[in-house]
Amino acid sequence: MIEFRIDRRSGVATYLQLVQQVKHALRLGLVGPGDRLPTAREVVEQTAINPNTVLKAYRELEREGLVEPRPGLGTFVRRSLVTPGVAEDSPLRGDLLEWLDRAQGLGMGREDVEALFRSVLDQRFRS
Amino acid sequence: MRARGLGARYRRDRALRDCSFEVAPGGVTALVGANGAGKSTLLKLAAGLLRPTEGVLEVRGEVGFVAQEKPLYRGFTVAEMLEYGRRANPRWDDRYARDLVDRAGLPRDRRTGRLSGGQRASLSLVLALARRPDVLLLDEPLAEMDPVAREDAVRWVMLAVEETGVAVLLSSHVVADLDGVCDRLLALDRGEVRLDGPVEDLVDGHRLVVAPRDTDLGAHEVIQERAGERQLTALVRLRGPLELPDDQVTTPNLDELVVAYLRRGRAAVAA
Repeated sequence: MIEFRIDRRSGVATYLQLVQQVKHALRLGLVGPGDRLPTAREVVEQTAINPNTVLKAYRELEREGLVEPRPGLGTFVRRSLVTPGVAEDSPLRGDLLEWLDRAQGLGMGREDVEALFRSVLDQRFRS
Repeated sequence: MRARGLGARYRRDRALRDCSFEVAPGGVTALVGANGAGKSTLLKLAAGLLRPTEGVLEVRGEVGFVAQEKPLYRGFTVAEMLEYGRRANPRWDDRYARDLVDRAGLPRDRRTGRLSGGQRASLSLVLALARRPDVLLLDEPLAEMDPVAREDAVRWVMLAVEETGVAVLLSSHVVADLDGVCDRLLALDRGEVRLDGPVEDLVDGHRLVVAPRDTDLGAHEVIQERAGERQLTALVRLRGPLELPDDQVTTPNLDELVVAYLRRGRAAVAA
């Protein structure tokens, strides 16, 4: 089952951290359709956050069609977010590794790469 | 719990002025502000230990209160405090109380006068929780606790909210501790409410702008700004969409928000 980790000083709203962590786990295939998410009580036990925050996060995931509540049973994953590109042996991953080799060849460190990547990402996925 | 135009005055001093707010069942409201802002006065009014001199304060249901001084009978052992709690409160949940005392690692045969400040705070919280109140009022509950006790204390209160729908009003001046814990925030400064609302709405309604110095902030209300030689840093309350590049705008955290409002209040008093 998914284990949440809350960073109280990150500036990201707590419910959003939960939403992002579920999506991240879905993308990596760590949880998939039919899996149960922890109950509000279980999350409160784990993380000492407000139970209303957990419910809000689950409502958001439900709104996005990713999970569904089953009364009396819990909240269950409806669909997967695993895309072929994420797999260990995918060509996209290979391309990215090659690209990273080039970046490192130019003397770029982790932070330079992150800054460049984020800037291009923001440009492309402008909301 | 509901306050309308609440005020309290002692001799010449006005400790609280025209405060209006609500705390709903199952909600957790954080009461923040500097020392002397009126937090303890507000909590004592809610606990019925003080009477308002203006306005009304309605509190429905059983109230549990942990005062800032964490008063305990110093000659009593931990076990005797629990026994006292059991006899004095019809709704007392003895199994729960014993369980929490064990989890907190409080030695049952130790006199409360010999406990550390953090242990006294933990025991006071246990005594309040075990009464299974409808409204729980906590005055700086975490202040003296070590990080582990602090996390345990927050967890117990959050579990109580989940299990019984208790309404919680807790004061703290460490705002960062409250992120993810409270759903509502009430910021007091010099006895007045400076900021009140659901935490997420408050955060969503503000932005932190770091932009070139001559940037026009338009119609947005500037809560706090600092102009450097070339750069402008401002916390603004949004009035419509903010037309600035993404990399100049972030969402403030709770701490930044509260500090900006309290500083603004202070600047206004000084002016």
